[in-house]
Amino acid sequence: MRRKGYGVFLIPGVLAALLVIVVPLVMTVWTSFTKWNGVGEQRWIGFDNYTRLFEDSLFWSSFGNILLLVLAMAVVPTLLGLVLAAVLFDYVAKKFSDRWASLFRSGFYLPQVIPVAVTGIVWGWILHPEYGALNRILEAIGLGGLAHNWLGEPGSALYSVMGIMIWVQLGYPIVMFMAGLQRVDPELYEAADLDGATWWQRFRKITVYLIRPEFSVVLVTTTISALKIFGPIFVLTGGGPSNATLVPSYFAYQNFFEKAQVGYGSAISTVLTVLIVVLAFVFLRLQTRSVK
Amino acid sequence: MTVTATPTRTPLEPAADESTAKKRGDPVRFVILAGLLALLLIVIAPLLIIAINAVKSPADYAGGGPLALPAHLYWDGIVDFWNRVDFGQKLWNSFVTSFTVAVLGVLLSVLNAYALGIGRVKGRLWFLVFFLVANLLPQEVLVYPLYFLAKQVHLYDSLIAIVVIFTVIQAAFGTYLLTSVYQDFPTELLDAADVDGAGKWRTLWSVVAPVSRPTLGVLFTFFFIWTWNEFFLPLVFLVSNDNQTVPVALGVLQGDRLMDATMTSASGLIGILPAMIFFLVFQRTLTRGITAGAVK
Repeated sequence: MRRKGYGVFLIPGVLAALLVIVVPLVMTVWTSFTKWNGVGEQRWIGFDNYTRLFEDSLFWSSFGNILLLVLAMAVVPTLLGLVLAAVLFDYVAKKFSDRWASLFRSGFYLPQVIPVAVTGIVWGWILHPEYGALNRILEAIGLGGLAHNWLGEPGSALYSVMGIMIWVQLGYPIVMFMAGLQRVDPELYEAADLDGATWWQRFRKITVYLIRPEFSVVLVTTTISALKIFGPIFVLTGGGPSNATLVPSYFAYQNFFEKAQVGYGSAISTVLTVLIVVLAFVFLRLQTRSVK
Repeated sequence: MTVTATPTRTPLEPAADESTAKKRGDPVRFVILAGLLALLLIVIAPLLIIAINAVKSPADYAGGGPLALPAHLYWDGIVDFWNRVDFGQKLWNSFVTSFTVAVLGVLLSVLNAYALGIGRVKGRLWFLVFFLVANLLPQEVLVYPLYFLAKQVHLYDSLIAIVVIFTVIQAAFGTYLLTSVYQDFPTELLDAADVDGAGKWRTLWSVVAPVSRPTLGVLFTFFFIWTWNEFFLPLVFLVSNDNQTVPVALGVLQGDRLMDATMTSASGLIGILPAMIFFLVFQRTLTRGITAGAVK
């Protein structure tokens, strides 16, 4: 039965989306072809911003940094989360109790609910070169030689941010995968037990196989959030020291609001957006496939 | 010792021994539990360290270092920080913004999803793709025109601009999620409403919305927490002290030279507390909802 005349309900949503999303998006893409400082005259310069972008070593290093952050925010948490979710679901819940499993799950999820600015305060404090707890701990256990200005030295800043982002992200895959495992028929595990399968075999053949849909969703959504990362960089390092932790979104922000190079900032954002939209379509395809 | 000396206990002991022996016979069990507990400790240790240092006096901190337990509870750091940044005002700003966005966002999602999921308007697939992409767009690509336009209409540095923008961004996700829920909405209920002569508006508010209330609750929770935690756009838009939200106020104070170790810790703790309260209040909804819509 086909229902008619529902289009009117879409009007407020579509108008609002036009105003807040479509118009700004088109303006940014248009601005990326111009030279503009935000107040004066806007001059059309064609692809100049883009050619400049592809010759800009800062732009390339910001994308190199984002690749490492994809590793820290998507790849590592997804793989580690998969193992931890399987251990919690298929070992702790059975050998101990469901309460232990959900206690661990909540604990691991905790960093996810904390606002990013607070994550910045917490870790900025712990890694602080003068009063930070990490250096104190290292000194206390006789490893004072390893003490470091973790976020302040170009050699270690990005790795420190990566470690922090693993801490932030880990809970999300665990929760997603444990929810996905609820769908799995317990008889499958029992049958595997009867056949004498080891835990690792069950993990590989049953767990990993059955939660493929969640796996791809988690991997793609975390990758997209890694590409968009701004807050943690702003509060932890400000892109420094000497651009060691610069990422595209922060690079765009600097051009917009610090250097008043709005055209150039728009070109950076446009490239980032194209990348994310491509990934979003991958996400959609994976999702429609998993439904079938 | 006293247990074995008590005769009445003896009959119970063999059984108890047997089960503990069985458990002890599986050392892997405890190795795994110990490993998980160690990992959990690593995950929550940063928060614990912040909590214990937030309630230390600077002298106590200078003496015992960051890892010692506070000699006595010292609230001045928290109180000083609270007064210095007028934290009550920031909490209120965050609350009003998040709450309004959550209400309006759910409303807008319901309207969109009603048209797309139940009304099945033409081109609905493209609308869905549009809303999904809208939600995934990096905010950097929207920020400058939004900033520019907001200045034109005198909504720069105003919570209203933030509410409007996030209502749309959150509703984009809500539309996507809620449409997939409404596609499977029981047709009998809609037909019954038709038979009763209810128009589309009545059907929406007296049948569809009440039946989908649990999902709307999940959406409300999400929108509230997400808006609360938003950083980038509020940072750009809310420049004056009176309008800042909690994350912006805490974010811009980072590295302020007037902040000593214990006061920074105190600021971290009062930033964590609201998030923890939401986490506890909404925990059930969250674990149910985080997976909603991701995989059908």
